[in-house]
Amino acid sequence: MNRAAIDLWVGVFVAIGLGAILFLALKVGNLLTLDRTPSYRVEASFDNIGGLKLRSPVKAAGVVVGRVESIKLDPKTYAAVVTMRIDRDYAFSKDTIASINTSGLLGEVYIGLDAGGDTAMLNDGDRIAKTQSAVVIEKLISQFLFDKAAQGGAGK
Amino acid sequence: MSSNTISDLALALRRLGGTVTGGVARLGYMARFLGAILWQTPMAFRRLHLTVREIYFSGVLSLVIILMSGLFVGMVLALQGYEVLQRYGAQEQLGLVVALSLVRELAPVIGGLLFASRAGSAITAEIGLMKATEQLSAMEMMAVDPIARVVAPRFWAGVVSMPLLAALFSAFGIFGGYLIGVRMIEIDAGAFWGQMQAGVKVWPDITNGVIKSIVFGAAVSLIAVLEGYDAKPTAEGVSSATTRTVVISSLAILALDFVLTAFMFRGVGI
Repeated sequence: MNRAAIDLWVGVFVAIGLGAILFLALKVGNLLTLDRTPSYRVEASFDNIGGLKLRSPVKAAGVVVGRVESIKLDPKTYAAVVTMRIDRDYAFSKDTIASINTSGLLGEVYIGLDAGGDTAMLNDGDRIAKTQSAVVIEKLISQFLFDKAAQGGAGK
Repeated sequence: MSSNTISDLALALRRLGGTVTGGVARLGYMARFLGAILWQTPMAFRRLHLTVREIYFSGVLSLVIILMSGLFVGMVLALQGYEVLQRYGAQEQLGLVVALSLVRELAPVIGGLLFASRAGSAITAEIGLMKATEQLSAMEMMAVDPIARVVAPRFWAGVVSMPLLAALFSAFGIFGGYLIGVRMIEIDAGAFWGQMQAGVKVWPDITNGVIKSIVFGAAVSLIAVLEGYDAKPTAEGVSSATTRTVVISSLAILALDFVLTAFMFRGVGI
């Protein structure tokens, strides 16, 4: 095989190999974050965020409308302050309720937004007043057991 | 205690010592050989077409086996992963499972093993035969350093080809997982890619996979050229050198993989 043909094949090989690395970085690893769409920031504070992580989805009626951008602890109130970035296409009313939910028993944790009836809309940097914390399953179970025990004691 | 038992014990100890010093000497020889290759690299790169030619032989000609294996490994991962995940109702995580196992472990390791048996054995056989037919001595007579002319291009070709082959293995494996997961089992395509993108990080996952494949490529190439260069110049010697290349590089890949994984993913959340 002559040198030109070998050069061509090696060029093709190196090109598709680098293409594969690029594919892994962009499509699989999501190096370019998909939050290229214009968005606005909204804050909310929760007593307990459970397993919420950075880049967890923010959903309204099950549709992903944004992502969690930062999670901090407020040193005065000991509440978790979550900043989320919401797609500018979606506007939510001022009395929207933010709650921390889990999809399924073992699924991912996300923030659910339930829009209210207020006509004023949330703007960049606003804070959501009404929030609902994560449900901690261990607490639920222990509460259930204590209730059962209390009932059993009362029945005697 | 009879003197017979003592001499048996001494013999066993001497054998053990011989094996250990032999192994250490071999390792030292390998390090010196690597040093010689690196020293001759500028000389070898002055004739770049030699390296390009070797990339053709070890990289381009390995494409078919790497791509087919990647596709099938990805498809099997998707089938098996789905079978376990659906028991917990977490089948949307399939994309993440397939991508992480491929990028972190399977592509560098299986790609490296295939590369060792497809390209490494060929390199050893070629150099061994050159030595047996006294081509290497002929080069030395003409004042051409065989390390610069024959060994270094093959070594660097392996170092360049291996990460590209591993990345292609990953990409085709993920495509295979997509075929089974989304096209056949009909998991939601958005969840498949979304979970994958949420869980796979460029650093550490993808970068470490690439680093692993570069290290494996260097290890396989070094073992292959060393075994070929060091082969007994007989038909038997070349054949046993080829076998040693495949066995030693496979073991080296698996052992290095453990070491690298222990360093890279220590303390990294899953």
